[in-house]
Amino acid sequence: MRVQAQIEIAAPRAAVWEFVIDPERYLHFMAGMTRWEVACDRATGLGARYRTLMRVGSAEIGGLVEVVEWDDECDLAWSSVTGVDQRGRWRLRTGAYGPESTRVELRLAYGVAGSGVLGWLAEVVAAPTVRGHLRRSLQQLKRQVEHEQLRRQAAARRSGGVSASSASRSSGSPRRTNGS
Amino acid sequence: MGATATRNGHSENPVGDGRLRRDDESPSPPSLPGRLARALAGQVTRRIPPADLDERDPDYIRESLPRLWLLSSLYFRGEVRGLGNIPEHGPVLLVGNHSGGNLTPDTTVFTLAFSAYFGVERPFYQLAHNLVLSWPGLGFLRKFGTVAASPGNAEKALRSGAAVLVYPGGDHEVHRPSWESDRVDFAGRRGFIRLALEHDVPIVPIVAIGGQETALFLSRGEGLSRLLGLDRLLRLKVLPISLAAPWGLNVGDFLGHLPLPAKITLEALPAIRLRDEFGPDPDVDEAYDYVVRVMQETLDALAEERRLPIIG
Repeated sequence: MRVQAQIEIAAPRAAVWEFVIDPERYLHFMAGMTRWEVACDRATGLGARYRTLMRVGSAEIGGLVEVVEWDDECDLAWSSVTGVDQRGRWRLRTGAYGPESTRVELRLAYGVAGSGVLGWLAEVVAAPTVRGHLRRSLQQLKRQVEHEQLRRQAAARRSGGVSASSASRSSGSPRRTNGS
Repeated sequence: MGATATRNGHSENPVGDGRLRRDDESPSPPSLPGRLARALAGQVTRRIPPADLDERDPDYIRESLPRLWLLSSLYFRGEVRGLGNIPEHGPVLLVGNHSGGNLTPDTTVFTLAFSAYFGVERPFYQLAHNLVLSWPGLGFLRKFGTVAASPGNAEKALRSGAAVLVYPGGDHEVHRPSWESDRVDFAGRRGFIRLALEHDVPIVPIVAIGGQETALFLSRGEGLSRLLGLDRLLRLKVLPISLAAPWGLNVGDFLGHLPLPAKITLEALPAIRLRDEFGPDPDVDEAYDYVVRVMQETLDALAEERRLPIIG
Protein backbone atom coordinates (compact mmCIF):
# COMPACT_ATOMS: atom_id res chain seq x y z
CA MET A 1 0.00 0.00 0.00
CA ARG A 2 1.36 3.42 -0.93
CA VAL A 3 0.16 6.58 0.72
CA GLN A 4 1.37 10.09 0.07
CA ALA A 5 0.78 13.69 0.96
CA GLN A 6 2.10 16.96 -0.38
CA ILE A 7 2.29 20.57 0.63
CA GLU A 8 3.65 23.90 -0.59
CA ILE A 9 6.14 25.58 1.74
CA ALA A 10 7.13 29.24 1.48
CA ALA A 11 10.85 28.60 1.72
CA PRO A 12 13.61 27.67 -0.70
CA ARG A 13 14.45 24.00 -1.22
CA ALA A 14 17.69 24.32 0.72
CA ALA A 15 15.80 25.38 3.83
CA VAL A 16 13.40 22.43 3.61
CA TRP A 17 16.21 20.03 2.80
CA GLU A 18 18.01 21.08 5.96
CA PHE A 19 15.04 19.76 7.94
CA VAL A 20 14.41 16.50 6.12
CA ILE A 21 18.03 15.32 6.30
CA ASP A 22 18.40 15.99 10.02
CA PRO A 23 17.40 12.91 12.06
CA GLU A 24 17.24 14.96 15.25
CA ARG A 25 14.33 16.98 13.91
CA TYR A 26 12.15 14.05 12.91
CA LEU A 27 10.45 13.52 16.23
CA HIS A 28 9.60 17.23 16.28
CA PHE A 29 7.63 17.29 13.07
CA MET A 30 6.76 13.69 12.13
CA ALA A 31 3.29 12.90 13.46
CA GLY A 32 2.79 9.44 14.94
CA MET A 33 6.53 8.80 14.94
CA THR A 34 7.71 7.53 18.31
CA ARG A 35 11.28 6.76 17.33
CA TRP A 36 13.73 7.95 14.68
CA GLU A 37 17.14 7.03 16.01
CA VAL A 38 20.49 6.92 14.25
CA ALA A 39 21.50 3.26 14.13
CA CYS A 40 24.98 3.45 12.62
CA ASP A 41 28.10 5.66 12.68
CA ARG A 42 26.72 7.80 9.92
CA ALA A 43 24.00 10.19 11.08
CA THR A 44 22.99 11.40 7.64
CA GLY A 45 23.68 10.80 3.95
CA LEU A 46 23.50 7.81 1.68
CA GLY A 47 23.78 4.61 3.73
CA ALA A 48 22.70 6.19 7.00
CA ARG A 49 20.52 3.85 9.06
CA TYR A 50 17.75 4.71 11.45
CA ARG A 51 15.56 2.77 13.82
CA THR A 52 12.03 3.98 13.25
CA LEU A 53 8.68 3.38 14.89
CA MET A 54 5.30 4.84 14.03
CA ARG A 55 2.18 4.32 16.13
CA VAL A 56 -0.55 2.79 14.00
CA GLY A 57 -3.52 1.27 15.75
CA SER A 58 -2.51 -0.76 18.77
CA ALA A 59 1.17 -1.11 17.90
CA GLU A 60 4.28 0.88 17.19
CA ILE A 61 5.39 -0.39 13.82
CA GLY A 62 8.62 0.15 11.95
CA GLY A 63 12.08 -1.30 11.90
CA LEU A 64 15.57 -0.53 10.72
CA VAL A 65 15.66 1.61 7.56
CA GLU A 66 18.53 2.72 5.36
CA VAL A 67 18.85 5.78 3.14
CA VAL A 68 19.11 4.37 -0.37
CA GLU A 69 18.75 7.50 -2.51
CA TRP A 70 20.23 10.90 -1.91
CA ASP A 71 19.99 13.71 -4.42
CA ASP A 72 20.84 17.03 -2.78
CA GLU A 73 17.84 19.30 -2.24
CA CYS A 74 15.76 17.03 -4.45
CA ASP A 75 15.15 13.44 -3.33
CA LEU A 76 15.80 11.36 -0.27
CA ALA A 77 14.53 7.79 -0.14
CA TRP A 78 14.82 5.07 2.47
CA SER A 79 14.07 1.41 2.47
CA SER A 80 13.57 -1.09 5.28
CA VAL A 81 16.33 -3.46 6.30
CA THR A 82 14.36 -5.24 9.02
CA GLY A 83 10.81 -4.96 10.31
CA VAL A 84 7.77 -4.17 8.25
CA ASP A 85 8.56 -3.66 4.55
CA GLN A 86 8.61 0.05 3.87
CA ARG A 87 9.94 2.52 1.39
CA GLY A 88 9.70 6.21 2.02
CA ARG A 89 10.63 9.24 -0.03
CA TRP A 90 10.97 12.97 0.37
CA ARG A 91 10.53 14.70 -2.97
CA LEU A 92 11.38 18.39 -3.07
CA ARG A 93 10.61 20.47 -6.15
CA THR A 94 10.51 24.19 -6.85
CA GLY A 95 7.08 25.48 -5.89
CA ALA A 96 4.46 27.32 -7.87
CA TYR A 97 5.71 30.67 -6.52
CA GLY A 98 9.26 30.32 -7.78
CA PRO A 99 12.54 29.42 -6.08
CA GLU A 100 11.43 30.93 -2.78
CA SER A 101 8.81 28.21 -2.45
CA THR A 102 9.05 24.41 -2.39
CA ARG A 103 6.58 21.69 -3.21
CA VAL A 104 7.19 18.85 -0.78
CA GLU A 105 5.89 15.36 -1.28
CA LEU A 106 6.18 12.60 1.31
CA ARG A 107 5.51 9.05 0.19
CA LEU A 108 5.38 5.89 2.20
CA ALA A 109 4.85 2.41 0.79
CA TYR A 110 4.44 -0.34 3.37
CA GLY A 111 3.32 -3.91 3.80
CA VAL A 112 4.39 -7.35 4.88
CA ALA A 113 5.32 -9.67 2.04
CA GLY A 114 3.73 -13.10 2.36
CA SER A 115 0.97 -12.05 4.73
CA GLY A 116 -1.81 -12.81 2.25
CA VAL A 117 -5.31 -11.39 2.15
CA LEU A 118 -5.30 -10.40 5.81
CA GLY A 119 -2.06 -8.54 5.20
CA TRP A 120 -3.68 -6.61 2.38
CA LEU A 121 -6.71 -5.92 4.57
CA ALA A 122 -4.48 -4.64 7.38
CA GLU A 123 -2.73 -2.31 4.91
CA VAL A 124 -6.07 -0.92 3.72
CA VAL A 125 -7.37 -0.47 7.27
CA ALA A 126 -4.14 1.23 8.36
CA ALA A 127 -3.98 3.56 5.34
CA PRO A 128 -6.18 6.40 6.69
CA THR A 129 -4.13 6.53 9.88
CA VAL A 130 -0.82 6.53 8.01
CA ARG A 131 -2.09 9.13 5.54
CA GLY A 132 -3.24 11.29 8.43
CA HIS A 133 0.23 11.01 10.00
CA LEU A 134 1.86 12.08 6.72
CA ARG A 135 -0.46 15.06 6.29
CA ARG A 136 0.09 16.27 9.81
CA SER A 137 3.82 15.74 9.43
CA LEU A 138 3.90 17.98 6.37
CA GLN A 139 1.82 20.64 8.07
CA GLN A 140 4.20 20.61 11.02
CA LEU A 141 7.20 20.66 8.69
CA LYS A 142 5.75 23.68 6.85
CA ARG A 143 5.14 25.50 10.11
CA GLN A 144 8.62 24.79 11.41
CA VAL A 145 10.46 25.60 8.17
CA GLU A 146 8.54 28.83 7.59
CA HIS A 147 9.00 29.82 11.20
CA GLU A 148 12.72 29.17 10.89
CA GLN A 149 12.80 31.26 7.70
CA LEU A 150 11.09 34.17 9.42
CA ARG A 151 13.40 33.85 12.40
CA ARG A 152 16.47 33.92 10.17
CA GLN A 153 15.19 36.87 8.16
CA ALA A 154 14.48 38.76 11.35
CA ALA A 155 17.93 37.89 12.69
CA ALA A 156 19.48 39.05 9.43
CA ARG A 157 17.56 42.30 9.59
CA ARG A 158 18.65 42.81 13.17
CA SER A 159 22.27 42.07 12.49
CA GLY A 160 22.07 44.28 9.39
CA GLY A 161 20.65 47.11 11.49
CA VAL A 162 23.25 46.59 14.19
CA SER A 163 26.13 46.64 11.75
CA ALA A 164 24.74 49.72 9.99
CA SER A 165 24.31 51.64 13.24
CA SER A 166 27.71 50.58 14.56
CA ALA A 167 29.21 51.63 11.22
CA SER A 168 27.51 55.00 11.47
CA ARG A 169 28.75 55.43 15.08
CA SER A 170 32.31 54.59 14.12
CA SER A 171 32.24 57.11 11.23
CA GLY A 172 31.07 59.83 13.63
CA SER A 173 27.98 60.68 11.55
CA PRO A 174 24.83 61.70 13.45
CA ARG A 175 22.26 58.93 14.20
CA ARG A 176 19.34 59.04 11.89
CA THR A 177 15.97 57.75 12.87
CA ASN A 178 12.78 57.50 10.93
CA GLY A 179 11.07 60.84 10.74
CA SER A 180 14.10 62.77 11.79
CA MET B 1 6.24 -39.91 30.20
CA GLY B 2 9.79 -39.77 31.45
CA ALA B 3 11.46 -39.16 28.11
CA THR B 4 8.93 -36.59 27.01
CA ALA B 5 9.04 -34.83 30.34
CA THR B 6 12.80 -34.63 30.26
CA ARG B 7 12.78 -33.37 26.69
CA ASN B 8 10.39 -30.66 27.79
CA GLY B 9 12.51 -29.53 30.63
CA HIS B 10 10.17 -31.00 33.24
CA SER B 11 11.24 -33.19 36.08
CA GLU B 12 10.27 -36.85 36.01
CA ASN B 13 7.53 -36.18 38.56
CA PRO B 14 6.18 -32.87 37.46
CA VAL B 15 2.53 -33.13 38.31
CA GLY B 16 0.47 -33.14 41.42
CA ASP B 17 1.76 -31.82 44.68
CA GLY B 18 5.13 -33.49 44.39
CA ARG B 19 4.47 -35.99 47.21
CA LEU B 20 5.48 -39.60 46.80
CA ARG B 21 2.85 -42.18 47.68
CA ARG B 22 3.74 -44.37 50.60
CA ASP B 23 3.69 -48.10 50.06
CA ASP B 24 0.98 -48.60 52.67
CA GLU B 25 -1.30 -46.17 50.88
CA SER B 26 -3.56 -48.27 48.73
CA PRO B 27 -4.69 -46.57 45.57
CA SER B 28 -8.42 -46.22 45.37
CA PRO B 29 -9.97 -47.75 42.26
CA PRO B 30 -10.32 -45.02 39.66
CA SER B 31 -13.79 -43.78 38.93
CA LEU B 32 -15.04 -43.40 35.34
CA PRO B 33 -14.26 -39.67 35.25
CA GLY B 34 -10.90 -40.49 36.79
CA ARG B 35 -10.17 -43.07 34.08
CA LEU B 36 -11.22 -40.61 31.40
CA ALA B 37 -8.99 -37.97 32.90
CA ARG B 38 -6.11 -40.46 33.04
CA ALA B 39 -6.61 -41.32 29.38
CA LEU B 40 -6.71 -37.64 28.50
CA ALA B 41 -3.56 -37.08 30.53
CA GLY B 42 -1.83 -39.77 28.50
CA GLN B 43 -2.88 -38.07 25.29
CA VAL B 44 -1.72 -34.69 26.52
CA THR B 45 1.63 -36.04 27.65
CA ARG B 46 2.23 -37.70 24.32
CA ARG B 47 1.32 -34.55 22.47
CA ILE B 48 3.55 -32.14 24.38
CA PRO B 49 6.21 -31.22 21.86
CA PRO B 50 9.86 -31.35 22.84
CA ALA B 51 11.14 -27.98 24.00
CA ASP B 52 13.09 -26.76 21.04
CA LEU B 53 13.80 -23.05 20.97
CA ASP B 54 14.61 -23.37 17.29
CA GLU B 55 10.95 -23.95 16.53
CA ARG B 56 10.39 -20.23 16.85
CA ASP B 57 10.04 -18.92 13.31
CA PRO B 58 10.66 -15.18 12.82
CA ASP B 59 9.36 -15.25 9.24
CA TYR B 60 6.12 -16.83 10.37
CA ILE B 61 5.74 -14.24 13.14
CA ARG B 62 6.44 -11.44 10.71
CA GLU B 63 3.85 -12.71 8.25
CA SER B 64 1.36 -13.06 11.11
CA LEU B 65 1.78 -9.49 12.32
CA PRO B 66 -0.92 -8.02 10.05
CA ARG B 67 -3.62 -10.42 11.27
CA LEU B 68 -2.53 -9.92 14.87
CA TRP B 69 -2.65 -6.19 14.23
CA LEU B 70 -6.20 -6.42 12.87
CA LEU B 71 -7.33 -8.47 15.86
CA SER B 72 -5.53 -6.32 18.36
CA SER B 73 -6.37 -2.92 16.89
CA LEU B 74 -9.92 -3.42 15.63
CA TYR B 75 -11.38 -6.09 17.90
CA PHE B 76 -9.62 -5.53 21.22
CA ARG B 77 -8.67 -1.87 20.67
CA GLY B 78 -5.38 -2.77 22.28
CA GLU B 79 -3.31 -0.11 23.96
CA VAL B 80 0.22 -0.91 25.05
CA ARG B 81 2.24 1.52 27.10
CA GLY B 82 5.79 1.64 28.36
CA LEU B 83 7.52 -0.74 25.97
CA GLY B 84 10.53 1.55 26.28
CA ASN B 85 10.91 0.20 29.83
CA ILE B 86 11.97 -3.17 28.47
CA PRO B 87 15.76 -3.33 28.11
CA GLU B 88 16.72 -3.11 24.44
CA HIS B 89 19.07 -6.06 24.54
CA GLY B 90 19.80 -9.15 26.56
CA PRO B 91 17.72 -11.58 28.56
CA VAL B 92 14.76 -10.26 30.46
CA LEU B 93 11.93 -11.89 32.36
CA LEU B 94 8.58 -10.35 31.46
CA VAL B 95 6.14 -11.12 34.23
CA GLY B 96 2.48 -10.64 33.43
CA ASN B 97 -0.87 -10.97 35.11
CA HIS B 98 -3.02 -13.28 33.08
CA SER B 99 -6.64 -12.87 32.03
CA GLY B 100 -9.24 -14.07 29.57
CA GLY B 101 -9.70 -17.79 30.16
CA ASN B 102 -8.09 -20.21 27.75
CA LEU B 103 -8.11 -17.54 25.04
CA THR B 104 -5.85 -14.88 26.42
CA PRO B 105 -6.21 -11.64 24.47
CA ASP B 106 -3.55 -9.92 26.57
CA THR B 107 -0.95 -12.34 25.21
CA THR B 108 -2.06 -11.66 21.63
CA VAL B 109 -1.91 -7.90 22.09
CA PHE B 110 1.45 -8.06 23.84
CA THR B 111 3.03 -10.45 21.34
CA LEU B 112 2.12 -8.09 18.51
CA ALA B 113 3.35 -5.04 20.39
CA PHE B 114 6.65 -6.67 21.40
CA SER B 115 7.35 -8.12 17.95
CA ALA B 116 6.53 -4.85 16.18
CA TYR B 117 8.50 -2.73 18.64
CA PHE B 118 11.67 -4.79 18.93
CA GLY B 119 11.43 -6.63 15.63
CA VAL B 120 10.75 -10.31 15.11
CA GLU B 121 14.51 -10.85 15.09
CA ARG B 122 14.68 -10.41 18.84
CA PRO B 123 14.22 -13.83 20.45
CA PHE B 124 11.04 -13.86 22.51
CA TYR B 125 9.54 -16.92 24.18
CA GLN B 126 6.32 -17.38 26.08
CA LEU B 127 5.86 -20.06 28.69
CA ALA B 128 2.51 -21.82 28.42
CA HIS B 129 0.61 -24.59 30.13
CA ASN B 130 1.21 -28.11 28.81
CA LEU B 131 -2.42 -28.34 27.78
CA VAL B 132 -2.10 -25.29 25.52
CA LEU B 133 0.85 -26.79 23.68
CA SER B 134 -0.70 -30.21 23.32
CA TRP B 135 -4.13 -29.04 22.23
CA PRO B 136 -4.95 -29.97 18.62
CA GLY B 137 -4.73 -27.03 16.24
CA LEU B 138 -2.52 -24.91 18.46
CA GLY B 139 0.79 -26.17 17.08
CA PHE B 140 1.30 -22.79 15.41
CA LEU B 141 1.98 -21.29 18.84
CA ARG B 142 5.37 -22.99 18.86
CA LYS B 143 6.33 -20.89 15.84
CA PHE B 144 5.61 -17.82 17.94
CA GLY B 145 8.07 -19.09 20.52
CA THR B 146 5.65 -20.69 22.96
CA VAL B 147 7.24 -23.44 25.02
CA ALA B 148 6.00 -25.54 27.93
CA ALA B 149 6.15 -23.68 31.22
CA SER B 150 8.95 -25.25 33.21
CA PRO B 151 12.07 -24.01 34.97
CA GLY B 152 14.17 -25.95 32.46
CA ASN B 153 12.66 -24.21 29.45
CA ALA B 154 12.80 -20.80 31.06
CA GLU B 155 16.46 -21.38 31.90
CA LYS B 156 17.24 -22.49 28.37
CA ALA B 157 15.54 -19.44 26.90
CA LEU B 158 17.17 -16.96 29.28
CA ARG B 159 20.59 -18.51 28.71
CA SER B 160 20.10 -17.94 25.00
CA GLY B 161 19.67 -14.22 25.74
CA ALA B 162 15.95 -14.13 24.97
CA ALA B 163 13.07 -12.20 26.46
CA VAL B 164 10.82 -14.66 28.28
CA LEU B 165 7.17 -13.97 29.05
CA VAL B 166 5.86 -15.80 32.07
CA TYR B 167 2.48 -15.72 33.77
CA PRO B 168 3.08 -16.95 37.32
CA GLY B 169 -0.66 -16.97 38.06
CA GLY B 170 -1.23 -19.35 35.14
CA ASP B 171 -4.48 -21.30 35.12
CA HIS B 172 -5.32 -20.10 38.64
CA GLU B 173 -5.31 -16.44 37.66
CA VAL B 174 -6.61 -16.67 34.13
CA HIS B 175 -9.89 -18.21 35.28
CA ARG B 176 -10.51 -15.96 38.27
CA PRO B 177 -14.06 -14.60 38.48
CA SER B 178 -14.74 -11.52 36.40
CA TRP B 179 -15.41 -9.44 39.50
CA GLU B 180 -11.77 -10.02 40.50
CA SER B 181 -10.62 -8.56 37.19
CA ASP B 182 -8.58 -5.86 38.91
CA ARG B 183 -6.67 -8.25 41.14
CA VAL B 184 -3.17 -9.64 40.58
CA ASP B 185 -3.33 -13.23 41.84
CA PHE B 186 -0.18 -15.30 41.46
CA ALA B 187 -1.37 -17.78 44.09
CA GLY B 188 1.92 -17.37 45.90
CA ARG B 189 3.96 -18.84 43.01
CA ARG B 190 7.44 -17.48 43.54
CA GLY B 191 9.31 -19.46 40.89
CA PHE B 192 9.79 -16.41 38.71
CA ILE B 193 11.67 -14.61 41.49
CA ARG B 194 14.05 -17.55 41.91
CA LEU B 195 14.49 -17.72 38.15
CA ALA B 196 15.36 -14.02 37.92
CA LEU B 197 17.83 -14.35 40.79
CA GLU B 198 19.43 -17.48 39.46
CA HIS B 199 20.08 -15.93 36.07
CA ASP B 200 20.50 -12.40 37.35
CA VAL B 201 18.06 -11.00 34.81
CA PRO B 202 15.79 -7.97 35.24
CA ILE B 203 12.08 -8.45 35.77
CA VAL B 204 9.76 -6.24 33.74
CA PRO B 205 6.19 -6.44 35.05
CA ILE B 206 3.54 -6.37 32.34
CA VAL B 207 0.20 -5.36 33.77
CA ALA B 208 -2.94 -5.96 31.73
CA ILE B 209 -6.61 -5.24 32.17
CA GLY B 210 -9.66 -6.10 30.09
CA GLY B 211 -9.12 -9.80 29.46
CA GLN B 212 -11.44 -10.87 32.25
CA GLU B 213 -14.26 -8.94 30.57
CA THR B 214 -14.18 -11.10 27.43
CA ALA B 215 -16.63 -13.50 29.13
CA LEU B 216 -18.41 -13.71 32.46
CA PHE B 217 -16.08 -15.93 34.47
CA LEU B 218 -18.00 -17.37 37.41
CA SER B 219 -15.72 -19.82 39.19
CA ARG B 220 -12.38 -21.54 38.88
CA GLY B 221 -14.05 -24.82 39.69
CA GLU B 222 -11.13 -25.98 41.81
CA GLY B 223 -13.28 -28.48 43.71
CA LEU B 224 -14.52 -30.01 40.47
CA SER B 225 -10.97 -30.33 39.19
CA ARG B 226 -9.87 -32.09 42.38
CA LEU B 227 -12.86 -34.39 42.23
CA LEU B 228 -11.93 -35.49 38.70
CA GLY B 229 -8.26 -35.76 39.53
CA LEU B 230 -7.28 -33.23 36.87
CA ASP B 231 -4.92 -31.47 39.26
CA ARG B 232 -2.73 -34.57 39.54
CA LEU B 233 -3.02 -35.78 35.98
CA LEU B 234 -2.95 -32.64 33.85
CA ARG B 235 -1.51 -30.06 36.24
CA LEU B 236 -4.98 -28.50 35.99
CA LYS B 237 -5.84 -27.04 39.34
CA VAL B 238 -9.04 -25.57 37.93
CA LEU B 239 -12.04 -26.53 35.83
CA PRO B 240 -13.47 -23.11 35.13
CA ILE B 241 -17.11 -22.29 34.81
CA SER B 242 -18.15 -19.26 32.82
CA LEU B 243 -20.89 -17.77 30.70
CA ALA B 244 -19.33 -17.29 27.30
CA ALA B 245 -20.34 -17.01 23.66
CA PRO B 246 -21.35 -19.11 21.82
CA TRP B 247 -21.82 -21.86 24.43
CA GLY B 248 -23.73 -20.11 27.17
CA LEU B 249 -22.67 -22.11 30.21
CA ASN B 250 -19.07 -23.07 29.53
CA VAL B 251 -17.42 -25.68 31.74
CA GLY B 252 -13.71 -26.22 31.27
CA ASP B 253 -13.34 -23.77 28.37
CA PHE B 254 -11.56 -26.60 26.53
CA LEU B 255 -13.01 -25.57 23.19
CA GLY B 256 -12.36 -21.94 23.86
CA HIS B 257 -15.04 -19.36 23.39
CA LEU B 258 -15.79 -16.30 21.35
CA PRO B 259 -14.28 -13.51 23.42
CA LEU B 260 -16.24 -10.32 23.79
CA PRO B 261 -14.45 -7.34 22.26
CA ALA B 262 -13.26 -5.86 25.52
CA LYS B 263 -10.66 -3.12 25.36
CA ILE B 264 -7.28 -4.52 26.40
CA THR B 265 -4.80 -2.16 28.01
CA LEU B 266 -1.27 -3.20 28.93
CA GLU B 267 1.48 -1.36 30.65
CA ALA B 268 5.13 -2.40 30.88
CA LEU B 269 6.65 -1.09 34.09
CA PRO B 270 10.26 -0.06 34.69
CA ALA B 271 12.65 -2.99 34.98
CA ILE B 272 13.23 -4.36 38.48
CA ARG B 273 16.76 -5.56 39.17
CA LEU B 274 16.31 -7.58 42.31
CA ARG B 275 19.89 -7.34 43.56
CA ASP B 276 19.87 -3.57 43.05
CA GLU B 277 16.63 -3.32 45.01
CA PHE B 278 17.23 -5.87 47.76
CA GLY B 279 20.98 -6.33 48.03
CA PRO B 280 23.24 -9.19 46.94
CA ASP B 281 21.13 -11.92 48.57
CA PRO B 282 17.47 -10.90 48.25
CA ASP B 283 14.75 -12.53 50.25
CA VAL B 284 12.45 -14.32 47.82
CA ASP B 285 9.28 -13.55 49.78
CA GLU B 286 10.14 -9.88 50.10
CA ALA B 287 10.95 -9.61 46.39
CA TYR B 288 7.74 -11.44 45.49
CA ASP B 289 5.66 -9.12 47.64
CA TYR B 290 7.34 -6.11 46.09
CA VAL B 291 6.71 -7.21 42.49
CA VAL B 292 3.10 -8.12 43.20
CA ARG B 293 2.52 -4.83 45.02
CA VAL B 294 3.96 -2.77 42.17
CA MET B 295 1.80 -4.66 39.69
CA GLN B 296 -1.31 -4.36 41.84
CA GLU B 297 -0.85 -0.60 42.19
CA THR B 298 -0.60 -0.27 38.41
CA LEU B 299 -3.62 -2.51 37.91
CA ASP B 300 -5.58 -0.35 40.35
CA ALA B 301 -4.66 2.73 38.33
CA LEU B 302 -5.66 1.03 35.07
CA ALA B 303 -8.95 -0.07 36.65
CA GLU B 304 -9.59 3.52 37.74
CA GLU B 305 -9.23 4.64 34.11
CA ARG B 306 -11.93 2.27 32.90
CA ARG B 307 -15.36 3.78 32.76
CA LEU B 308 -17.40 0.79 31.59
CA PRO B 309 -16.76 -2.95 31.31
CA ILE B 310 -15.85 -4.14 27.80
CA ILE B 311 -15.98 -0.60 26.39
CA GLY B 312 -13.01 0.40 28.50
